[in-house]
Amino acid sequence: MDQFLAIAITIITASTPLLIAGLGELVVERSGVLNLGVEGMMVMGAVCGFGAAYATGNPYLGIVASIFGGVFMALLFGFLTLTLLANQVATGLAITLLGLGLSALIGESLVGQPIARLPNFHGIDILIIFSFILTALVSYMLFRTRAGLVIRAVGDNHASAHAMGFGVIAVRYACVVFGGACAGLAGGYLSLAYTPQWVENMTAGRGWIALALVVFATWLPGRLLVGAYLFGAISILAYIVQTFAWGIPSQLLSSLPYLVTVAALVVISGNRQLMRANTPTCLGQSFVPDR
Amino acid sequence: MNSGASPLLQADHIVKIFGTLRANDDVSLSIKAGEIHALLGENGAGKSTLVKMIYGALQPTSGKFIWQGKPLEIASPAQARSLGIGMVFQHFSLFEALTAAENIALALPGKFQMNELSSRVTKLSADYGLPLDPSASIADLSVGQRQRVEIVRCLLQNPKLLILDEPTSVLTPQEAEQLFITLRRLASEGCAILYISHRLEEVRKLCDRATVLRQGKVVATCDPRQETPASMARMMVGSDVMQVHAISGNTKGPVRLALQKLTTAAQDNFSVQLKNINLDVHGGEVVAIAGVAGNGQSELFDAISGEILAVQNNAVLMDGVAAGHDGVTLRRKHGAAFVPEERLGHAAVPNFVLSNNAILTRHGTDADLASRGIINSAIAFKIADQVIKAFDVRKGKVDPEARSLSGGNLQKFTVGRELDRKPNILVVNQPTWGVDAGAAATIRQALIDLAKSGAAVLVISQDLDEIFEIADRIAVISRGQLSEALPAKTYTLEKIGLLMAGAHEVSHAA
Repeated sequence: MDQFLAIAITIITASTPLLIAGLGELVVERSGVLNLGVEGMMVMGAVCGFGAAYATGNPYLGIVASIFGGVFMALLFGFLTLTLLANQVATGLAITLLGLGLSALIGESLVGQPIARLPNFHGIDILIIFSFILTALVSYMLFRTRAGLVIRAVGDNHASAHAMGFGVIAVRYACVVFGGACAGLAGGYLSLAYTPQWVENMTAGRGWIALALVVFATWLPGRLLVGAYLFGAISILAYIVQTFAWGIPSQLLSSLPYLVTVAALVVISGNRQLMRANTPTCLGQSFVPDR
Repeated sequence: MNSGASPLLQADHIVKIFGTLRANDDVSLSIKAGEIHALLGENGAGKSTLVKMIYGALQPTSGKFIWQGKPLEIASPAQARSLGIGMVFQHFSLFEALTAAENIALALPGKFQMNELSSRVTKLSADYGLPLDPSASIADLSVGQRQRVEIVRCLLQNPKLLILDEPTSVLTPQEAEQLFITLRRLASEGCAILYISHRLEEVRKLCDRATVLRQGKVVATCDPRQETPASMARMMVGSDVMQVHAISGNTKGPVRLALQKLTTAAQDNFSVQLKNINLDVHGGEVVAIAGVAGNGQSELFDAISGEILAVQNNAVLMDGVAAGHDGVTLRRKHGAAFVPEERLGHAAVPNFVLSNNAILTRHGTDADLASRGIINSAIAFKIADQVIKAFDVRKGKVDPEARSLSGGNLQKFTVGRELDRKPNILVVNQPTWGVDAGAAATIRQALIDLAKSGAAVLVISQDLDEIFEIADRIAVISRGQLSEALPAKTYTLEKIGLLMAGAHEVSHAA
């Protein structure tokens, strides 16, 4: 029984950063911005969080710092794509590369240092609880409040939203900053709770998985929760199956979560009705007001 | 309350400059409460620019607005709405992914109460005879229903001034009548209405006063009830509009294009399924397909042009050859030519120059244009030049990009490019949508001349005036079903309206 509990806890801690980063990206994409810089924002959050916790000895200050790390990158992304109207795809990729390089530079002296882990109760820490609350809040905000309605309107048709007098750029800035904060927090969770240490490139592609999960979830927070836990469960179970020595190559097992992601994306993209009902129409398009 | 004499809104010497273009040049007009005021003008005359400024979406370069006697600046649409100015856009400003009630909530200030709002919408829309389901997604609504959402959205704000931009261009004649009843009722309740239209007949029926714009300037103010459509058209254009000469005493040739039990599968919930469509188009005649937008016109066009392949090969016959399984280029090789509705992005690549755009539809049929895959630029240029000369395409440089042309000139080019080939079969979707009167007349005459020379011409259009002007026979499409094509003389506006509303549909008639 204890063993199952331990596995369950591991799955939860593996899923939480995906969920948090995914929720941020979901809001960003609902507003019509495609942010491929999640990985870079996440890894910056991880190094800032770890650095602050190491310097102050307080993991909660680490959490705050990780959020700032993500927001810093998000503001840079926002400035380039929303103010200077740079291409969102290219800028997102650049932000990811920049984040990976910059975090390695900042974290050079932190490699191998110990910090106080984020406290938890039988493996359940405050951010796990928070991730569930955040899912509910994002869902409520998007579908039950005027703010959410405006975000969806901006993502669906930015020209009309502008004609009705909504500040398209301002709404998108707010969403991008929120997305950056979530990505930073998710990165901080990795370096403060999941594996409390700093290793270069420690996000290991989780930002990309979070991006894929948003599509998997067809831009619905509830489905994102399911997707994040499904992915988390498969990746942990793949590790456990390796210990059974069934003769399955370990490379195949560790690629399993990604194969499942690809398969799921194909299946979901096949359902055109679902995709068309929820895909933000203006996703990835720059907005230039006509005055 | 306003006294009858003082105007609700005055525009005082408004000037709006975009770059070097004076879109509005010293425009003054006044609108009284309870008046239905028409704003007339050709495309590009500055009507839309003026109303966008009244609605706060644009700011005038100079001049001012006077609202209820007080000069003020209308800084944003939100401010315009709070003053009591509502606007129904020509290209709807609705959000497809949201429900009707959510779309309305976006425009309303104050507390966000979806349930209460939904019941208000239901009540108000029933009250004005504009029934509406608040929980329906916009994507699932017809164009007429979408317009209702926009109107109800304005009415919920108790507007003092309601602006409508070409509201009837998407409606059946009966739906338009219903709209006029609503508008007259609003006017009798003291609401001023600024009505933009190029349909002069309905302006004459509906409006009390008209201001005519031409090239950004006010050229006339008149009482439409005292004018004829021809006299108002003269004010708009500045000269007599070319008369289109239809075919008289036509000699019908053999069937060149035949559709037999053409049926398509629905692509998804948002497109229309074509059901059992039968149609013969003879050489020497123009057949027009009328219908409200979104009833399967674009699907029918795609099925005839080969963008959607038919299930049965003999569902589409071109000069007797079964072509249902052929792609677009093969069908062109059968002698057919196609002009889709969307000028930029479908008929022409916006960033390609005209000669390159000419290659795109003619590489298969003009043997020298691209032999063994190698493009002969000289010939491409010659074709583009021929079309430009024959159709008087006005342009800024020798071989301009498609996007740099005005709508009317690009439409003349995309139609001319196909006509230049002298096709046996021509299918055109919305040949003169958003095109000024002069260019529209040129295009319509060219279609008729092609039919006279023995080709089969099929025109899909929402513009009933156009259809009656050029068609020998008319069929009506609604929800993917096509009525029998009958001689144009046998139709009245009322009959065509009933068909547009679906009177011929099998499921209803049975």
